[in-house]
Amino acid sequence: MSVLWILLLPMMGILLPVLFGKSGRTPTAWLTAIMPAAALGMLLQMAPMVFSGQVPMFTLPWVPLLGLNISLHLDGLAFLFCLLILGIGLLVILYARYYLSDTDNMGLFYGYLLFFMSAMLGVVLSSNLLQLWLFWELTSISSFLLISFWWHKTEARKGARMALTVTGAGGLALLGALMLIAHVTGTYELREVLAMGDVVRASEYYPYILALFLLGAFTKSAQFPFQFWLPHAMAAPTPVSAYLHSATMVKAGVFLMARFYPVLAGTEYWFVVVSLTGMATMLLGAYIALFKHDLKGLLAYSTVSHLGLITLLLGLGTELAAVAAVFHIINHAVFKASLFMAAGIIDHESGTRDMRKLNGLWKYMPWTATLAMVAAASMAGVPLLNGFLSKEMLFTETLHQYTLGALSWWIPLLATAGGAFAVAYSLRFMHDVFFNGEPIDLPRTPHEPPRYMRVPVEILVVLCLLVGIFPQFMVGDMLSIASQAVLQKAEPGYSLAVWHGFNFPLLMSALAVGGGLTLYLNRRHLFSFQDQFVDHDAKYVFESLVQQMINRVSTLHSWIDNGSLQRAMFLMILLALMVSAMPLFNLVDAIGTHPQLPINWVVGFCAALMIAATFVTLWWSHRRLVALIALSVVGLIVSIAFTYFSAPDLALTQLSVEVVTILLFLLALFFLPQKSPTIDSPLSIIVRDFSVAALFGSVIGTICYAMLTRPLDSISDFFMENSKPGGGGTNVVNVILVDFRGFDTLGEITVLGIAALGIYKVLAQMLVFMPSADSKGYRWSKETHPFLLAVVSQSLLPLALLVSAFIFLRGHNMPGGGFIAGLITAIALIQQYVAHGVVWMKGRMPINYLGLIASGLLISTLSGLGSWAFGRNFLTTWFDHFHLPLVGEFELASAMVFDFGVYLTVIGATLLILANLGKLTTSERLRDGGH
Amino acid sequence: MEFTFSLGVGVLTTAGIYLMLRAQTFPVILGLTLLSYAVNLFLFASGRLTVNGAAIVGQSQHYADPLPQALVLTAIVIGFAMTAFVLILSLRARADLGNDQVDGRELPPERSAMEEALAGKIEKNSAAQKKNKRNRN
Repeated sequence: MSVLWILLLPMMGILLPVLFGKSGRTPTAWLTAIMPAAALGMLLQMAPMVFSGQVPMFTLPWVPLLGLNISLHLDGLAFLFCLLILGIGLLVILYARYYLSDTDNMGLFYGYLLFFMSAMLGVVLSSNLLQLWLFWELTSISSFLLISFWWHKTEARKGARMALTVTGAGGLALLGALMLIAHVTGTYELREVLAMGDVVRASEYYPYILALFLLGAFTKSAQFPFQFWLPHAMAAPTPVSAYLHSATMVKAGVFLMARFYPVLAGTEYWFVVVSLTGMATMLLGAYIALFKHDLKGLLAYSTVSHLGLITLLLGLGTELAAVAAVFHIINHAVFKASLFMAAGIIDHESGTRDMRKLNGLWKYMPWTATLAMVAAASMAGVPLLNGFLSKEMLFTETLHQYTLGALSWWIPLLATAGGAFAVAYSLRFMHDVFFNGEPIDLPRTPHEPPRYMRVPVEILVVLCLLVGIFPQFMVGDMLSIASQAVLQKAEPGYSLAVWHGFNFPLLMSALAVGGGLTLYLNRRHLFSFQDQFVDHDAKYVFESLVQQMINRVSTLHSWIDNGSLQRAMFLMILLALMVSAMPLFNLVDAIGTHPQLPINWVVGFCAALMIAATFVTLWWSHRRLVALIALSVVGLIVSIAFTYFSAPDLALTQLSVEVVTILLFLLALFFLPQKSPTIDSPLSIIVRDFSVAALFGSVIGTICYAMLTRPLDSISDFFMENSKPGGGGTNVVNVILVDFRGFDTLGEITVLGIAALGIYKVLAQMLVFMPSADSKGYRWSKETHPFLLAVVSQSLLPLALLVSAFIFLRGHNMPGGGFIAGLITAIALIQQYVAHGVVWMKGRMPINYLGLIASGLLISTLSGLGSWAFGRNFLTTWFDHFHLPLVGEFELASAMVFDFGVYLTVIGATLLILANLGKLTTSERLRDGGH
Repeated sequence: MEFTFSLGVGVLTTAGIYLMLRAQTFPVILGLTLLSYAVNLFLFASGRLTVNGAAIVGQSQHYADPLPQALVLTAIVIGFAMTAFVLILSLRARADLGNDQVDGRELPPERSAMEEALAGKIEKNSAAQKKNKRNRN
């Protein structure tokens, strides 16, 4: 449970700074720090448990059938990362208090920061693949918000967009990889997946899994060739750079590789791809870092280089290399975060980050200079500092590589070269900024920062020293549990010590330091060499690529969709035809084994009539009234078909819907152009359309025939058996609607209500064309509401209402129910509208149909909620039998209340549509002619 | 019997699709209605055809499958709502665009004088709006 709180506390903390961000800078910072500090406390409280080898877990099944669980675990690796995220996070909160100015929206900044912190904690704690992916994407989104925090700057917006595009695309690739892993292993639970590494590696999908997985990890950790986004993300405020782009988020990629190390590592593919990418990134990053004039640019490329180093270590595949990778994750986070903070202080106090202007700052800020130089020395790998230890381990491991055969000596050589460049750029950072003459026209006179702005740097630098001098005491245990979690077995023997005697790795270190010094001393030649090359700004390259892509897509889009709905419809139908016809080619025979019913002449006659009516509709579709009459004949025969084939409920529904539909069509005819061209398209188009339609019809007919002549395996026996004992009704169709599948019905009446509302909205303020005469030029009849019709329909109303009440009440046991009764009531009322007009009805029946729909939905929902009061699931029904004198035995069921809601919604929706359209004719005509 | 039923479904689908591909709104809506008949019958057919076997407990020996029936029942009602929506939308399109074309572009060849006048008014309005927009910019 407490594992959950480590994640939940920072998540809840997001609200604090956002809500109380106006309360001044120091209180906001304090408020922000409360929750992470509490989470850190909980983490430390659980430390003894984790160190003793236990793995605290939390699992909450959500949709277990889909493998969706909320599941967290705190193993050694997760513990290490939680410590980094929360610890450095707290230091960054303190630092940002002094870094941000009064004009910045501090509450928002801290809110984003905690949002990121929660997402990152989610990544490292997740024990479910999909959940891990979700948090992974959240880190991309929160990082986007943080990079673009100074959104008024172009480079911030561009950098943020680039980071989101690259890491977001990588996230999609990762999703693919995780889903393939789940497909191979059959589980989404990380702990089960970790135990099935052999299965994954042996699977035929392994190369695809690895490729997609590494795409995700490499984009996040800025590995070559995706390294370009990280330097541009430095447009973010420096606390963000220190936190996200050196200590945590970019480590998510290497974290992921470490996490899935037992599953994916150990193959030839893994070694070649991961170690070579890591090597390339390390060298490239270190080389470019040397030439950057921007302080943060240097640090950014150095981060790229160090991430490459960690990747290289993970790629080497030996157990000790993995331990070294974990160790370097810790060391890099500590020294790089402090360096970024120091760079931020320099920027803050002197007004620039350009190393060509920054010189000789030692005189102005000696204490900050000392701190930054210690951290930079650690970055360079100077003994007695933590960076030295992990770099030494790297050199040792590269010496034990034989995978490249006779050329294996390349790896230690290149590693030493990378080390030399690291020394060179670290030297440049120290010498250029703090010595090397006097500052050149700085915007401000530099001085030491406020006391507490330096505290985070001091803490981190002290850690660099302590880890460097007493490694076993400081991080021995943590390294051991984290390595165990990475390797999923006991860690191999290694010793953390400053002095291992004179050996080959020490020689390599010495060579690197010597080489770095030489490089730095000859920097003028190197700079002039580098100046020959045109420096491509990744921002513009990336933007133009994106723009090209957008142009291509919009060309493609305008080719597919040129704005014609008719054409789009044709293409869609063509596509559907292909998809539905394809499987039929594999069907040996359309006719199946199911016994067929004999045909009789009544059915034959009806079918012939329907087909004839269909063709009349089609042929005379331009003669609208004829088409409409033919259409109603088709509808009638469909209802007869439902009656004949034992579906009385459907027949009743179809019949009443038919009436309403035709009435609606008749009303609409009034508003459409009176004259319509007899042929709307060229003959070739008509032939083309009819061929496609006929093909489609034949495919559907064949599928229908194939289905009808095959045996049925239905789940309906359950409904038949339980309808009476479980639902209290004998009409199974109705019991399914109001009981078994009541939730579906609730959704459906909601859709009905929404459709009616939509129509109401579309009709509002509509400018209609009102013909004053019919197509032949005759004026409309003066007698708008025939007297005879009025009298007859008025006397029919009570009868119709009685029928609908009867249909409603018997619905549970005999054909009928809320839908049908609602339609009958609606028709009875519409008849009054037709006979008497809207004005007459308005005076006699002042019902708000919108309210009717709402109350119907409310009643249905409440009747479902009612079952909660009795501790049952939503929409559980209750029924019992009662005896009343005179009436006799009768049954009451809560489903009836539900059905009543359906009844009201159907009436409301139908009348809202028809009465509103009808109103349009009358009110306009009244104004128009006054009769 | 099964063959006749399938033939009916096929013919309804053919006519429905053909009409849906027309350029004017009214035939399209007719086509949509025909197609929804076809779809309902098709869905209903997934329970196979049964004569004299309404799904009412205690009425007969063999029953028709009630599940497709329940699905089709709501489909009929929602189908009505959809048809109504499209119909009203076509009216609105006619009101706003001045024609009853699906694409809303070409005007029908013959128009009454009144329609002409109204369409002219609408065009004038939109021209005035465009002008306003340009001024604002």
